[in-house]
Amino acid sequence: MSQGITPEPNERIPAPLRTEALEQLLTERGLVDPTVMDKFIANYSTNVGPLNGAKVVARAWTDPEYKRRLLADGTSAVKELGFGGPQGEHIVVVENSAATHNVVVCTLCSCYPWPVLGLPPSWYRDPAYRARMVREPRAVLAEMGLELADDVQITVRDSSTEVRWLVLPERPAGTEQLSEEELVALVTRDAMVGVAKVVAP
Amino acid sequence: MTATPPPGFAPLDTDGPGAPPRSNGELVFAEPWEGRAFGLVVALYDAGVFTWPEFQAALIARIAAWEAAPPPGECWSYYQHWLGALEDVLAAAGTVAPAEVTSRATALAHRPAGHDHPHPHPHPH
Repeated sequence: MSQGITPEPNERIPAPLRTEALEQLLTERGLVDPTVMDKFIANYSTNVGPLNGAKVVARAWTDPEYKRRLLADGTSAVKELGFGGPQGEHIVVVENSAATHNVVVCTLCSCYPWPVLGLPPSWYRDPAYRARMVREPRAVLAEMGLELADDVQITVRDSSTEVRWLVLPERPAGTEQLSEEELVALVTRDAMVGVAKVVAP
Repeated sequence: MTATPPPGFAPLDTDGPGAPPRSNGELVFAEPWEGRAFGLVVALYDAGVFTWPEFQAALIARIAAWEAAPPPGECWSYYQHWLGALEDVLAAAGTVAPAEVTSRATALAHRPAGHDHPHPHPHPH
């Protein structure tokens, strides 16, 4: 802040202080209860997360009827397992296979299906990831460690307020004897965004 | 507007077979204030102070404005925009005026150094 331009006063105050001030003012007005807020934060950073999504995926892998419902109406099928809430509306699930690969991006902001995937990872919110994934998905995926053969068709899914995409990863070979619970442990957040595959243990 | 169910905070296990997927997550909040800013929005949304599309629109506007003209030398900070969007929504509704936030934050900035660091010795600052 020395380049001659005087920023707006409210932009000049560091974000931590503004946040603290806002929390105080809202608490004084009875609009926010800090203990309730603590619970929300804890829930999102520890309870709500890829685990919810992993349960959805494992159920779809083991229950063909559930998978059919999931692909037909993601929001309802996810809700069936008890997951919902802010940003959980309009979830559309797409299936990855050996021949087709879906990867999710949000070019507009960073729409993301929170109830199933938790909070978006930092790279998802990076403008460079968003812009490049649309232009050159194969190269970006390779940089992230996922090399796809040239004949695999890649579809980039752009999330928005209307549609939040969730990838149903391909069930890896060699997991036929695993239980639904054991499968849950294999499913990663990255696989459900489409930047990785699920690997057999 | 579709009716939104109460947030689905299912009481899930924090360990067991489901634990590994969490270990591939990186730091969700780079700094504690980001977590507080996140919590404020979720709590206010939950209390019905604003609707989700209202907040979403404010966030998209903040991000679009930044991307159209990134301030020289300023790094991208998602939660900076998140906080800005929250302030915009509260200001538009007349709930909290930006000037109020500024004056409170200024007052907080003048607290004695070390106010938030517990000391091993009992005397007050």
